Amino acid sequence: MAVVVPDAVSGRLAKRRSRYVKERLIELVLFLAALVSVATTVAIVLILLTESVLFFTKVSLWDFLTDTQWTPLFADAHYGILPLLSGTLVSSLIALTVAIPVGTVIAIYLSEFAPFAVREIAKPFLELLGGIPTIVYGYFALLFVTPLLQSIFPSLPGFNLLSAGIVMGIMIIPYVSSVSEDAMRAVPMNLREGSYAMGATRFQTAVRVVTPAAFSGIAAAYILGISRAVGETMILAVAAGTQPNLTWNPMESAATITAYIVQVALGDLPHGSLAYQTIFAAGLTLCLLTLAFNVVGHLLRKRFRQVY
Amino acid sequence: MNDGSLREVRQLIARHKRWDVIFSVLGVVCLMLGVLTFVALLVDMWVDGFGRLRPEFFTSFPSRKPGQAGILSAWVGSTLVMFVTAATAVPLGVASGIYLEEYAPKNWITDLIEINVTNLAGVPSIIYGLLALGLFVYQFGFGQSVLSAGLTLGLLILPVVIVATREAIRSIPAAIREGAMALGATKWQTTQDHILPYSLAGIMTGVIIGMARAIGETAPVITIGALTFIAFLPEAPIKAEPPFVSFEWLFSGFTVMPIQMFNWTSRPEEAFHANAAAAGVVLVAMTLSMNALAIFIRYRLRKNIKW
Amino acid sequence: MVTAALQDRAATNAAVVDENLQPKAESVGLNFHYGTFHALKSISLPIYEKKVTALIGPSGCGKSTFLRCFNRMHDLYPGNRYEGEIRLHPDNINLLNPQVDPIEVRMRISMVFQKPNPFPKTIYENVAYGLRVRGVKSRAILDQKVEEALRSAALWDEVKDRLNHLAFNLSGGQQQRMCIARALATDPEILLFDEPTSALDPIATASIEELIADLKMRLTILIVTHNMQQAARVSDFTAYMYLGELIEFDQTEVIFIKPKRQQTEDYITGRFG
Repeated sequence: MAVVVPDAVSGRLAKRRSRYVKERLIELVLFLAALVSVATTVAIVLILLTESVLFFTKVSLWDFLTDTQWTPLFADAHYGILPLLSGTLVSSLIALTVAIPVGTVIAIYLSEFAPFAVREIAKPFLELLGGIPTIVYGYFALLFVTPLLQSIFPSLPGFNLLSAGIVMGIMIIPYVSSVSEDAMRAVPMNLREGSYAMGATRFQTAVRVVTPAAFSGIAAAYILGISRAVGETMILAVAAGTQPNLTWNPMESAATITAYIVQVALGDLPHGSLAYQTIFAAGLTLCLLTLAFNVVGHLLRKRFRQVY
Repeated sequence: MNDGSLREVRQLIARHKRWDVIFSVLGVVCLMLGVLTFVALLVDMWVDGFGRLRPEFFTSFPSRKPGQAGILSAWVGSTLVMFVTAATAVPLGVASGIYLEEYAPKNWITDLIEINVTNLAGVPSIIYGLLALGLFVYQFGFGQSVLSAGLTLGLLILPVVIVATREAIRSIPAAIREGAMALGATKWQTTQDHILPYSLAGIMTGVIIGMARAIGETAPVITIGALTFIAFLPEAPIKAEPPFVSFEWLFSGFTVMPIQMFNWTSRPEEAFHANAAAAGVVLVAMTLSMNALAIFIRYRLRKNIKW
Repeated sequence: MVTAALQDRAATNAAVVDENLQPKAESVGLNFHYGTFHALKSISLPIYEKKVTALIGPSGCGKSTFLRCFNRMHDLYPGNRYEGEIRLHPDNINLLNPQVDPIEVRMRISMVFQKPNPFPKTIYENVAYGLRVRGVKSRAILDQKVEEALRSAALWDEVKDRLNHLAFNLSGGQQQRMCIARALATDPEILLFDEPTSALDPIATASIEELIADLKMRLTILIVTHNMQQAARVSDFTAYMYLGELIEFDQTEVIFIKPKRQQTEDYITGRFG
């Protein structure tokens, strides 16, 4: 067989410069695409900051943090963030009271107890549960859960934080359970075997050995749940009402930071007006809240990270 | 061991084993909570909305009369917005994923990009709405349009696509890459001929799951200013006269399915709640079938790959 | 153990020794570093044209590392550093020169890997890939070259009716022969084998060794093997490496029957490794 290499190589040799240029160009394009995520973050920070700065030229930081009323659209306008914060915190707390215990139990059950068939059905099912649009959950909270609760607590108002919080909690269960379960499955078998070999039962092994070993991942799951709860919008906008109300009583209606932004956006907002800027100030508060939780979570994870 | 202490030990073990049973039951109960919610939700919406689910529902505009109100503008709007979302998220997401897995050197720029992607995945969706309002609607002047909504949702699901692309590429064994390069392929040829085709299943799964999420997103789209009562459709993209393709629809006012449902749910009149329920059924059917499609594609396209 | 086979070959090769042997390639003072680890220490070794040169030595001695220098495989991973030269003849260029494009090197020097690595494509597309990468588009040329390559790899008769079946469905030995065909399709000047039969059963191994004996009439072969008997069966020249150094290099018969260094003899007789 004749060797045809010299022609092929010399042909390619001639094209070498253009091939090099083409490869570098492609790499540049891909790099620019990857930079979009950085650009997005920068844009978010810039927009929130610039509009908030404009806001704070008209409203003092002190008023913002201490005023107990949030009524930016009234004639006698107040700009205290506390009512919105209380709404966010109360609803998130209720949601987490549901999501964290239930999600953790489900995670332990699926990882340590459940037979294979149950796990194979439960996992995709939970994924589906988490994929239902939040507006549908909002409908469910307002028109099913609230009437249900009203039959138990007749004085419950039509808009209230309790139904919204409970439904939000159920929505968050899949997030908490799937991340926790992944963390538990990552614990190597030989840790479990060591426990069983000493005569421990399944429950004792799960609770005393596996869960502590997976704690770092479980903490991440909880932080994920918290972030999700704090950032949730539609369930609260629909079922908890949009009237800011400084309260710690879940049986009342109240607006969260997110519900307020939606309510204002539904109306007509002149660009550059103080009312327009309030939503960015509220958004900035929300971001700082989420950031604080993420940082705490990160530190917790570093502190408890197990190396196998 | 004497008889007495043996009995004690056995009692101890029996007590501990009881906890196994108790916990198993507890686990099933908690799962049932999720199942019950799911079932109650679907049944409730179906029962409430069944009466409205007639063909006219899909071909009518919203109206002041609940009996005549339909989701035409809503589902058309959703479809158009989804086009723009996919056109944004897929190229950017796949390109970013390829860059991070195949080209990125280990330096601080790469770390910065990776931190950003993780970070963006956790940002509440309403913040994306605020970003869009300030940037797309006003700064860039796209207005309260299909384009702004599509770009926003595209950025929202970008981390989902990037992560899915990276995972899919990572599962390709090094031996295949080396085999291609040993035959004289350039990096881009290897990416084009091997990396992309073999990771396609994983990428498509991620894209579909991202789109399913985007269809159901309400908050960012409301924030941009989607109209909640529109009785018109944006201009059709394909026209009968030259130049045959129109981009007017990108800048048109619009609404989407979840917003229509929100609007009807918020009305005090009970009759509109039936419309909301019907819209909810359609919305859930869309999201569930997209998730099912993703699972199916993952199965089908991976059949030929054995690693 | 292998003395009989070697003595046979020594007789037939007797004429060869007198020929003017030309090196197709040679490493000159080659050093290689994985990060801070000094993996290859000043290796100078000729690879004679149209002969089979085997690299033997215990695990971790650097034989695969040395092999992978020849087609610049180490360039794919960061943190590696070459020193010294690998000269390719007749051009007398240094392959390791940073100015030399590794893609070009790989177009002239092909590799077969330890574990068969067929692409998840059809047999035809696998074998044709190297040609497609070089821009060959004509179906007629591709058909011809694919057939030639598969014949050279002694696989044509077995697969000629199922060229459009997936390569994954072949047996291990067939997959490896397909990988060899894939490497041959582009008419390389040197073929590098990295322990090509360590993942195969004895029958498949024998067929690959037969193939190597045929191929050496057309191109130069450099093979890494941890199986000494294979080196004795298959190669004309053998290099024994230990801990990154070249201990001894000579004709295979010499290495296996009358090695000049004590270290070589210890390894050959199985005192370690």
